Amino acid sequence: MSVPAELSYTNEHEWVAVNEGIATVGITKFAAESLGDIVFVEPPESGAAVSAGDTCGEIESTKSVSDLYAPVTGEVVEVNQAAVEDPEVIGSDPYGQGWLFKVELSEDPKELLTAEQYTQLTEGEG
Amino acid sequence: MTAAGSDSAELRETPLRAAHEALGATLVDFAGWLMPLRYSSEKAEHTAVREKAGLFDLSHMGEIHLLGPEAAAALDHALVGHLSKVAVGRARYTMITDADGGVLDDLIVYRLAEEHYLVVANAANAGTVLAALTERAAGFDARIEDRSAGTALIALQGPAAVAILAPLTDADLDGIKYYAGYRHTVAGHPVLLARTGYTGEDGFELFVDAAEAPALWEALLKAGEPHGLVPAGLSSRDTLRLEAGMPLYGQELSRDLTPFDAGQGRVVKFEKEGDFVGREALRRAADRGRSRKLIGLVGRGRRPVRKGMPVLRDGVEVGSVTSGAPSPTLGKPIAMAYVDAELDTSTGAFSVDVRGRGEEVDVVDLPFYKRER
Repeated sequence: MSVPAELSYTNEHEWVAVNEGIATVGITKFAAESLGDIVFVEPPESGAAVSAGDTCGEIESTKSVSDLYAPVTGEVVEVNQAAVEDPEVIGSDPYGQGWLFKVELSEDPKELLTAEQYTQLTEGEG
Repeated sequence: MTAAGSDSAELRETPLRAAHEALGATLVDFAGWLMPLRYSSEKAEHTAVREKAGLFDLSHMGEIHLLGPEAAAALDHALVGHLSKVAVGRARYTMITDADGGVLDDLIVYRLAEEHYLVVANAANAGTVLAALTERAAGFDARIEDRSAGTALIALQGPAAVAILAPLTDADLDGIKYYAGYRHTVAGHPVLLARTGYTGEDGFELFVDAAEAPALWEALLKAGEPHGLVPAGLSSRDTLRLEAGMPLYGQELSRDLTPFDAGQGRVVKFEKEGDFVGREALRRAADRGRSRKLIGLVGRGRRPVRKGMPVLRDGVEVGSVTSGAPSPTLGKPIAMAYVDAELDTSTGAFSVDVRGRGEEVDVVDLPFYKRER
């Protein structure tokens, strides 16, 4: 499964793209395919403070409920309402229209994985 | 996020495991068996069964045969149903209870011949059912054969089932009524061809020798392709049966409940001759009336409601969800729940406590979905 090289990743199968102090967060294709059809997502609310490694929301598939973890620390500045309204897009386009929320960083991201490291992680689990 | 996947070292496998893997199935532990959860999208599989057809591997189910002059009498004694009254070629939905009337399993029993019955048990309960039948049939001139390991079960479900099957068999499919089953040949394989299912759709269940199952599975998939047939996993099977309001053992049915509690008292046949296991306790249960009732809930929001969550009326807990899932057909969360039998569900604001948050729900009549006939 190809993993976009330009993104960073977490052990919890989220991806992060940092651009001018704003981190865009989503879940990886590996995560989306493991979950099956995604039927509900609740990202943190706009304005919420999130802390790297803490749970900050929920994502549900037909069969399971999973926590969303904040991969970075800062303030949520935008939530993808389109994905909340139609969670299927998270499965069909996880790295694009299926992004979940954006965080204005209050500290530099730590302990994120490169695409190569993340690929190794998923090969171990897959 | 925790990725799916589990230790599959000690799980039992059906004869179709290789076929599932070739189809890209996600395989999971279900009642100690390695079973396909889904092949692609569970929602797409669900919709295919409602609109076209789906093919399920149910080889984990238990197939227990009773043979002999007193096979019928033994089943009348062992089960709550009146199996001696079932005509050859027909089937019954029934239950087996303990002496206290608690449900050990729900079953489909086929009468294959005058002195030959097939009892189909849930995978998780197959051992319990076999042990109970063996004990209860001991005084009868009947022998029990557990043929579970050598028998595969493939279900072809959906409105296109007849069209898919017709070119593969000489059987008069229109002549096979709902809850009937006969020996026929399908795609060259001897099968017990039964018009039964657990999806709320028309369809068939095919019992076949394990060794022939892969070839039969392939033949059915190939014949079904032009009709939109897809392989369908246990995830879609669960949402299909939930929409159809069908109980699942371990959720709506358990040893702590009598068939009356579960709203299934009609399966208990007091009028049959002779004593049967649980009769006295069930008689009392019938006289007492049921302690709870099963209701249907439809969520107003998007968040799925799931098994074990408390049901509240006007903020007061009145029951608990037994099964819940997002309904692909309704596009809303649906659930079944037990509440006190006396509870008036026609008034009040109902909600389900989803991890500390109240999700508004409406009480509806079951089933959630009924096919047009």
